[in-house]
Amino acid sequence: MSFRLSYRADPGNPWFSWQYVRDNSDTVLTALRDHTTLTLRAVLLATLIAVPLAVLAYWFRPLTGPILALTGVLYTVPSLALFAFIAPYLGIGVATVLSVVVLYALLVIVRNTVAGLDQVPAEVREAAEGMGYGRWGRLLRVELPLALPGILTGLRLATVSTVALITVGVVIGRGGLGQIIFAGFNNNLYKAQIMTGTLLCVLLALVLDLVLVGVGRLLTPWLRGRVG
Amino acid sequence: MNPVQQAVVWLNDPLNWTNPGGILDRLGEHVSISATAVLLGCLVAWPLGLWLGHAGRGGGLVVLVSNLTLAVPTLALLTILPLTFLGFGRPAVVVALAVFAVPPLLANAYTGVRQVDPQTREAARGMGMTGTQVLGRVELPLAVPYLAAGFRTAAVQVVATAALATFVNGGGLGEIIRLGFGLSIAVGGGQILAGGLLVAGLAVGVELLFGLVERLVTPRPLRRAHRGAARRAADAVTGT
Repeated sequence: MSFRLSYRADPGNPWFSWQYVRDNSDTVLTALRDHTTLTLRAVLLATLIAVPLAVLAYWFRPLTGPILALTGVLYTVPSLALFAFIAPYLGIGVATVLSVVVLYALLVIVRNTVAGLDQVPAEVREAAEGMGYGRWGRLLRVELPLALPGILTGLRLATVSTVALITVGVVIGRGGLGQIIFAGFNNNLYKAQIMTGTLLCVLLALVLDLVLVGVGRLLTPWLRGRVG
Repeated sequence: MNPVQQAVVWLNDPLNWTNPGGILDRLGEHVSISATAVLLGCLVAWPLGLWLGHAGRGGGLVVLVSNLTLAVPTLALLTILPLTFLGFGRPAVVVALAVFAVPPLLANAYTGVRQVDPQTREAARGMGMTGTQVLGRVELPLAVPYLAAGFRTAAVQVVATAALATFVNGGGLGEIIRLGFGLSIAVGGGQILAGGLLVAGLAVGVELLFGLVERLVTPRPLRRAHRGAARRAADAVTGT
């Protein structure tokens, strides 16, 4: 009770307020849901594009340089500029945000997957060849499973940076939790709202990262119990 | 007219360059904000990174700093800092950008000192140099290529991030893009695209410029061997 009284005595502009979260739970939850689904879709799409690209780079060595350079250039282009390039064509909508974050996630996943595939020991590859595995069999049964730790590192980095990047979508009004942060800023610098959006962003990144760590442990049982 | 033609028309209007709040104004703001932020980042990150590398500890701290800044959205930092004692305006924007400049600067300074051959360090000690002398006369000169690589990464990142300053009315080239979006795609499409081209051009230009600087400050014998090393240090930042 005393908490209530003190709250009423000085509403002020606190750094965090449960009152705000309770009163606006609908808006906050919608933004959180938007943000989460956008992140998941983006990372999934990026993986579906990046892993085949990495395999191409791995199979055909002359392609490695160009593929890494292309994704590297995309990474240098500032996110806002990428929005500016894509929005006039795809319009104001989810498609634009999705394309931008997918293009950014590509580099990290491609690079890590190539690194993971490169780490497969030559003798393992030869042994697989000697056992009669073809190119595809070797890729699916030997090389990709052994590259999984590298791929998962890429996925984790891509996920965390995607969560942060989606907030830039406020420029076209589709920024997920960025919408909450930006609205708080325009609401006369309402600290509680800004902090709620920020904390949820960081928490979302943390939770998704932990989920990926868990998935990684499940998928690579042979690494368990090994240090590092 | 398609957006590309609109953008060309928009860029060819001299008034869009020279008007108050035109391209030249915005470019000046963008460059001055970015430069201040990178310098501020250097002032904080280089001494810390060099010292941590010299002392040979704090590697975990370096990784932690880069992971933390990866998870915090730029927009959040840009909106939170004006609420602190920094107040609303340019100082807050500069500090927010400097925060994003720190991880590459710190990691490369740390790696730069750590990669010095232990035998070189021991030889310097054997010659009677004190700890500070070893750092200043041996480790620092050998770390210069790494410092340059970190500087380039940080500069590109800050120039890219400075485009977002427009959300907190911090000026810069991002302003052109945001105003374009304010006009709706049909009317402002050209301006949006032109703004994007300017921002991207500036980022790529900075990347090329400091790539050249990096090459110039790297002693010739180190150039070939160094390229891989610099990339490894940069990768340490992204965790790859």
